[in-house]
Amino acid sequence: MSAVIDSHSDDHHHGPAKGITRWLYTTNHKDIGTLYLWFSFLMLFLGGAMAMVIRAELFEPGSQIVSPEFYNQMLTNHGLIMVFGAVMPAFVGLANWIIPMQIGAPDMALPRMNNLSFWILPVAFGILISTFFMEGGGPNFGWTFYAPLSTTYAPPTVTFFIFAVHIMGASSIMGSINIITTILNMRAPGMTFMKMPLFTWTWLITAYLLIAVMPVLAGAVTMMLMDIHFGTSFFNAAGGGDPVLFQHIFWFFGHPEVYIMILPAFGIVSHIIETFSRKPIFGYTSMVYAIASIALLSFIVWAHHMFTVGMPIAGELFFMYTTMLIAIPTGVKVFNWLSTMFKGSISFETPMLFSIAFVALFTIGGLSGLMLAIAPADFQYHDTYFVVAHFHYVLVPGAIFGIIAGVYYWLPKWTGNMYDEVLGKTHFWMSFISVNITFFPMHFVGLAGMPRRIPDYALQFADFNMVISIGAFIFGLTQLLFLFVILKSIFAGKQATTKVWEGAKGLEWTVASPAPYHTFETPPEVK
Amino acid sequence: MRLIKRIFAALTTCCVSLPLFAGWGDVNMTPGVNALSREIFDLHMTIFWICVVIGVLVLGFMVYLIVAFRKKEGDKPAQFDDHPVLEMTWTVLFAVILTVMAVPATFTMIRAYDDAEGDINILITGHQWKWQYEYLEDEVSFFSNLLTDLDQRNNIAPKSDNYLLEVDEPLVIPTNKRIRFLITANDVIHSWWVPDFAVKQDAIPGFINTAWTQVDEEGIFRGQCTELCGQYHGYMPVVVKAVSPEDYNLWVNEKKEAKIQQALLTEKLWSTEELYEIGEGVYQTNCVACHQVNGEGLPPVFPALAGSDLVLNDKAKQIEILMEGVQGAAMQSYAEQLSEVDIAAVITYTRKAWGNDASGDGEIVIPKEILDYKNNKL
Repeated sequence: MSAVIDSHSDDHHHGPAKGITRWLYTTNHKDIGTLYLWFSFLMLFLGGAMAMVIRAELFEPGSQIVSPEFYNQMLTNHGLIMVFGAVMPAFVGLANWIIPMQIGAPDMALPRMNNLSFWILPVAFGILISTFFMEGGGPNFGWTFYAPLSTTYAPPTVTFFIFAVHIMGASSIMGSINIITTILNMRAPGMTFMKMPLFTWTWLITAYLLIAVMPVLAGAVTMMLMDIHFGTSFFNAAGGGDPVLFQHIFWFFGHPEVYIMILPAFGIVSHIIETFSRKPIFGYTSMVYAIASIALLSFIVWAHHMFTVGMPIAGELFFMYTTMLIAIPTGVKVFNWLSTMFKGSISFETPMLFSIAFVALFTIGGLSGLMLAIAPADFQYHDTYFVVAHFHYVLVPGAIFGIIAGVYYWLPKWTGNMYDEVLGKTHFWMSFISVNITFFPMHFVGLAGMPRRIPDYALQFADFNMVISIGAFIFGLTQLLFLFVILKSIFAGKQATTKVWEGAKGLEWTVASPAPYHTFETPPEVK
Repeated sequence: MRLIKRIFAALTTCCVSLPLFAGWGDVNMTPGVNALSREIFDLHMTIFWICVVIGVLVLGFMVYLIVAFRKKEGDKPAQFDDHPVLEMTWTVLFAVILTVMAVPATFTMIRAYDDAEGDINILITGHQWKWQYEYLEDEVSFFSNLLTDLDQRNNIAPKSDNYLLEVDEPLVIPTNKRIRFLITANDVIHSWWVPDFAVKQDAIPGFINTAWTQVDEEGIFRGQCTELCGQYHGYMPVVVKAVSPEDYNLWVNEKKEAKIQQALLTEKLWSTEELYEIGEGVYQTNCVACHQVNGEGLPPVFPALAGSDLVLNDKAKQIEILMEGVQGAAMQSYAEQLSEVDIAAVITYTRKAWGNDASGDGEIVIPKEILDYKNNKL
């Protein structure tokens, strides 16, 4: 969509520092992007290991390898780590790497804050994980930490959990301020808003969502802290408080949060489908408006997570209608992707395979989401494995496939080497098949009546659960292959060209591969 | 080998023959046993098929795109990038489909939300980890505990057919009467769910939610707690037994009679052995979840009883804890849950078991003492 006039060559007099200080003190957006991405990869494996424990416990009915108490700690931390440790930092890492290069900026607007917002993350997760080694064990109240289970009835380590969430929130807010400031102020001359690449667009909107809702989460955990240590009763009915208030506050954060985890993936997938269809993205303008409407709607749908708490019927209906409305902009996006492929000249490199799988499986997750929006039917779906199936379909083959697709897409630009296409495709097919073996049967056990978050289950769910566990083990092991593919491309592989992909468009494909340490010190001009 | 065989059996039944799956009921929502549940089932099937049709069309179209527009030598991709009329058309189309789904959903919702008073009103209270049922008209009240024993859960004994879905005392309701449930909780949030009634309502401490049902046929209906409520969340099933109105009345009278009998028992002269034996049973049902079979508890949240100074030497305090519960901890009051006999017996048991007998004062508690405690409070 944009052409570059000045494709200058970069000089290297400000190279990276040597040794560990390069990473500790760095203010370079590419280094910080790399740190974020490796951190999120580490967290993906940690959260994944917890999922493996969960699936091993559920392999057969009866107690298998862990106690019910430890099982609850696993499911809680699996959720927390995947949401706050894997998916969100991965997107921030991609934003750091790619946004300045997409808009022709030399770096992020606030480089020192950028360093800080990354380096407090390992601290936050260090605190969270340290609770496992304390008396009483780690958080065990679900990633949604409903009061009073997370206040009056929580293990004493909950205070560490609260502090960790505060730090994660601070990191996200700083990251978002940085991204917004960069996008608003540092675009290359001529790059108007409606010429901005879609990944940058999705991140601009995501960053506003983050700034709007992270303080709400911080408020919720602070109220918990007050209830636990300072004698208040925000969520304690015995003191005049309201446990449901917690859920309203949490989901006012929580629903925008789930879009925070998917919108940047929309941006990534749009670029990839456009590139490998060798055709301009269909309906760019409607894409931007669709993202904006999804973001706005996300603020008025939160109580669809709470259809069974006993809201007045007017509330149930309001949240049902607003939730259903989200299907419209989401449907527009899916149709736009399909129309981009229509009459294109499509090739199927690994990023494209993951993107096509994203569109297909995200559609399935979207449709089950539409079913869940129907309030009276949700009385039967709520808190069953049907819900688990739904949100894993939008988060694993949704958000995570989006991230993986983005990594394959930009990897040659980062490392300067092409990744191994055969291994990449093997990774895709193994992931695609096992992700469906894992999550598709969850629809069935959920409809048949299996509640979520239980460490043991009735006998009629046994066969499906074994299948689910086998799928999960294969999916988990397959991701080791991903690690191998990345390492291999760092150290070896065919030299990547500047443009890397035949159909690639955008400023990031005008700098050399690997991208020099400093890019666009003189801004390019966009026509 | 057995395991490998099972894995293969599971894989074949589930993956290969999925479309031929004999019991469609095993993979789908139950239609349930009353008008509302059937209506919700129909609504579910309607939106399900709409979603399936949309899904098949979209995925089918994708397959067509993937096959028809693969890159070929020398092909020229089209360069169009929008089509306003088409975009407008599908936006309106989505809105129409959504309206078609929203209209029946709204009417079902209104019917589900009818909270007029019932013929029988039952207060349901969620406790960690059991349900309490109080029949407001008849002053009948009892607790419903998981029946499945630890040997089954630990894979020592074979699992019964209703593994984890069986209780010592089910909720009994008459058929063809309007039953209204008033649902609340005593500690954390629970959720009371019976799929066959399409009733799922959160039980929230300090608040009372309502739900209702009217069952046409006799039978036993099983469900579970559906809100994470602590470590034994997976072990608090709901079992409802629907009987004819005549049988229901008989049952209510039996419950009332049993209450009178129970009161008489407090006056009986009890031997230590009798109390110990009853106490052991009470302990297994009510206490092991937290304090464990060996009395060691799970510190720091659930304290040990074996060797505890309080259990060894402070009988009065121990009675008080069982009667009043402990503020801010999982320990609840058992004054309403258990009879005087059961409370005296379980205290006696804890003071005698795990070597506590030898290291403490070894005094037993008789039902009369519990009754006295209650009377003094009045």
